[in-house]
Amino acid sequence: MAEFGNPEVVEEEVDILIIGGGMAACGTGYEIMPWAKAAEAAMGREITIKLVDKAAMDRSGAVAQGLSAINTYIGNEQDPADYARMVSNDLMGITRDDLTYDLGRHVDESVHLFEEWGLPIWKLDDNGERFDGSKGMAPLADGGTPVRSGKWQIMINGESYKWIVAEAAKKALGIDRIQEHTFIVKLVNDKSASNRIAGAVGFSVREDKVFVYKFKACLLVAGGCVNIFRPRSVGEGQGRAWYPVWNAGSTYAMAAEAGAEMTLMENRFVPTRFKDGYGPVGAWFLLFKSTATNAFGEVYLDRNKEMLDDYPPYGQAAVPASCLRNHLMLREMREGRGPIWMDTVSALARLRETLSPREVKHLEAEAWEDFLDMCIGQCGIWAGENIEPEKKNSELMPTEPYLLGSHSGCCGIWVSGPTDVGAPSSEGLGEGVPKHLPSGWNWGYRGMTTVQGLFTAGDGVGASGHKFSSGSHAEGRMCAKSMIQFVVDNKDHVPELAESVDDLVAQIYQPVRTYLEHKDYSTAIDINPHYITPRMLQFRLQKIMDEYVAGVATYYTTNANMLEVAEGKLQELKIDAGKMRAKDLHELLRAWENYHRILTAEAHMKHIQFREESRYPGFYYRMDKNFVDEENWKCFVNSVYNKKSKQWTCFKRAHVDLVDKSKLFK
Amino acid sequence: MPTFVRTDKCDGCKGQDRTACMYICPHNLMKLDKDGSETGHAMKSFNQEPDQCWECYSCVKICPQNAIEVRPYADIVPLGASVQPLRGTDSIMWSIKFRNGTQKRFKFPIRTTPEGSIDPYGGKPDADFSKIGGTGFFATNNGYREGDPSELIAK
Ligand SMILES: Cc1cc2nc3c(=O)[nH]c(=O)nc-3n(C[C@H](O)[C@H](O)[C@H](O)COP(=O)(O)OP(=O)(O)OC[C@H]3O[C@@H](n4cnc5c(N)ncnc54)[C@H](O)[C@@H]3O)c2cc1C
Ligand code: SF4
Ligand code: SF4
Repeated sequence: MAEFGNPEVVEEEVDILIIGGGMAACGTGYEIMPWAKAAEAAMGREITIKLVDKAAMDRSGAVAQGLSAINTYIGNEQDPADYARMVSNDLMGITRDDLTYDLGRHVDESVHLFEEWGLPIWKLDDNGERFDGSKGMAPLADGGTPVRSGKWQIMINGESYKWIVAEAAKKALGIDRIQEHTFIVKLVNDKSASNRIAGAVGFSVREDKVFVYKFKACLLVAGGCVNIFRPRSVGEGQGRAWYPVWNAGSTYAMAAEAGAEMTLMENRFVPTRFKDGYGPVGAWFLLFKSTATNAFGEVYLDRNKEMLDDYPPYGQAAVPASCLRNHLMLREMREGRGPIWMDTVSALARLRETLSPREVKHLEAEAWEDFLDMCIGQCGIWAGENIEPEKKNSELMPTEPYLLGSHSGCCGIWVSGPTDVGAPSSEGLGEGVPKHLPSGWNWGYRGMTTVQGLFTAGDGVGASGHKFSSGSHAEGRMCAKSMIQFVVDNKDHVPELAESVDDLVAQIYQPVRTYLEHKDYSTAIDINPHYITPRMLQFRLQKIMDEYVAGVATYYTTNANMLEVAEGKLQELKIDAGKMRAKDLHELLRAWENYHRILTAEAHMKHIQFREESRYPGFYYRMDKNFVDEENWKCFVNSVYNKKSKQWTCFKRAHVDLVDKSKLFK
Repeated sequence: MPTFVRTDKCDGCKGQDRTACMYICPHNLMKLDKDGSETGHAMKSFNQEPDQCWECYSCVKICPQNAIEVRPYADIVPLGASVQPLRGTDSIMWSIKFRNGTQKRFKFPIRTTPEGSIDPYGGKPDADFSKIGGTGFFATNNGYREGDPSELIAK
């Protein structure tokens, strides 16, 4: 009988394992079944597939509470090249045009599916008046006009966004192919080829069970990373990070340990949001045409405009890069002209002058819906502070840093891209690129990492931000095709785990064993010299990152000396992670989440250390190299992790433009 | 801003082996206190780690007894406000109460098709295996954007 500390071991072999149940995984789940069926003849049998999610797909991942906009919809009027240009400029010039262009070609297909499935998408009528998505107007696929809240965004009634997308994925896969409430801890390489993936291990957060999967191919789409930096709120409100607290860097940590090449892990996202609740500002700026000011009513984007000239050409586009907009605001805060206000009062008053009475009635509801669809906590703050946006302005604040690859950030894993857009298929490898790594931007299957059989999408793919919900779904669908192709091409390969099942189970349950062995040493369950609680481990990580690696404590600044101190402290923390305790399955979940966080944080620190410039002013500053150095650093910084020596190796990869960026500045 | 469970409303999902709130919480926070040893309230759920709550309201929306509410976080927000939804099959109703007593109500559509009605492959063609190496998906729906080839300067 399984009991706490002595789990039942379930071993399963499939052709394809999908780790995660978010937007990307749902895209894969939908697209993969028709291709699997079509491949049966070539395969000579049915292709077996399983999806594991740490939570319940209906509400797992970043879209749990819904969204109020689909941030990537290209439409007929724009070209995928325009999209690739925009992404590149927002991320200070260093992105993979092959990946972004490819995403731009495919993304609208997913949006059209969402609408077909029942997602309400706002529409404009012929008079330019806007309606919510329940009014039965022509769908986008049939030429309906969306309500743009920006060049790329369209508005939705998105409370049930994830519920709807998950329903389609669950039906497509069938319930037998889905294992929920199972947390994957690590990937296992192949016994005969260290650069190949053969398995994954995880545990149930509900019962004493360890799952050991063997497979030919695996899609790792477990989201980005939050809570490696000390959040601004340290009491009861610390769960209210902007990014969903449950995405713990599993994607990056597990891929790195498996040997995958990482890219741009120095990149981070520091969103400026409504203070404390972190409610979205996009609709306020773009739809309601609001402005943000310093304490004296001065619009800081105008006041500090000349600061953009320090960063040519990225500051000179019609829409300067996100980090630079932060850069202009931070000056106001640093020089004591805070707080920063979103001028909702004037914005709504201006709109009242031009809109029809019916639209004015809608307007207030729209403003509240923007929060209620995706950041309900912000409404609690407005209600508690008696803020009605037409009467009282709200404060803005930049958050603590997050790591992600699908929103306005681009850290992640280096993947193989499309072959038909002119991407380099070989390159003069820079000095220090480990010899086993591929050359060029396509070395095989679309979406595959540098580890054979390991694929990723969404937040997992680096160097190509701004995919958002729709793009992550579309990218997951692209991986569905390439994984099926990979499995068919490798149909005779038999995966074998490089580690024994007993060892793997022992590793995963070590925190439980540590607890059971030492729990009676002291009378206070949390204070015991033989172990560390996952909670304290997390606090320690957050303190190091906040104080030395450009968190809010230092106004996002660091330098080589501070990074060196951080490096030492992180090494000790990694050693102490071997002493994590878990007093129940819930704490075992927290223990491994925090282990993933530590590795992700270390990658972030190492990349910032390696890149001797400040590529993302407003997101972080290396004060000892406080400039953008186009000559030496307009390149990717990539890395690999050696799990035996526990060391990172960072190196440069050349950057190439596949679309003409100068068009942005004409 | 953590969730809390009303003792007068929660029925432990009638003793089923998985409660709705435990099932849905993306962060594994809701927990059924079977024997009352953790809260003093047997067969009722509670938030076992309130300071890790994202206030995503997933549990609030799914609870069949409307037993879960949210109290804005005490370390930030003045007391007295509440934001509570009632989620139906095609729309959601929100009731917002301000600290000063102001009340607001909003109703928004949430989906245009009946729940559970999605037929993922209905009316769609089979995938054509000979096209697996190309671009595009198994079925197309006016969303593939070919792109102007002259934009690709390195090709
Ligand atoms: C606050 C916020 C607001 C956003 N607003 C918008 C918007 O308005 N419009 C828009 O289009 N996009 C928006 N986005 C972006 C969008 O949500 C993401 O781009 C998208 O969800 C990324 O998809 P993903 O599959 O990579 O990750 P997610 O959707 O986050 O999915 C990650 C999945 O992995 C699972 N998981 C994690 N770790 C493990 C593990 N170890 N084992 C097993 N499973 C695991 C999780 O449970 C989850 O199912 C927003 C994102 C955030 C964070
Ligand atoms: S879903 Fe509601 S009724 Fe069921 S256990 Fe949770 S709080 Fe109680
Ligand atoms: S609000 Fe969300 S995070 Fe908080 S307990 Fe409910 S489901 Fe979990």
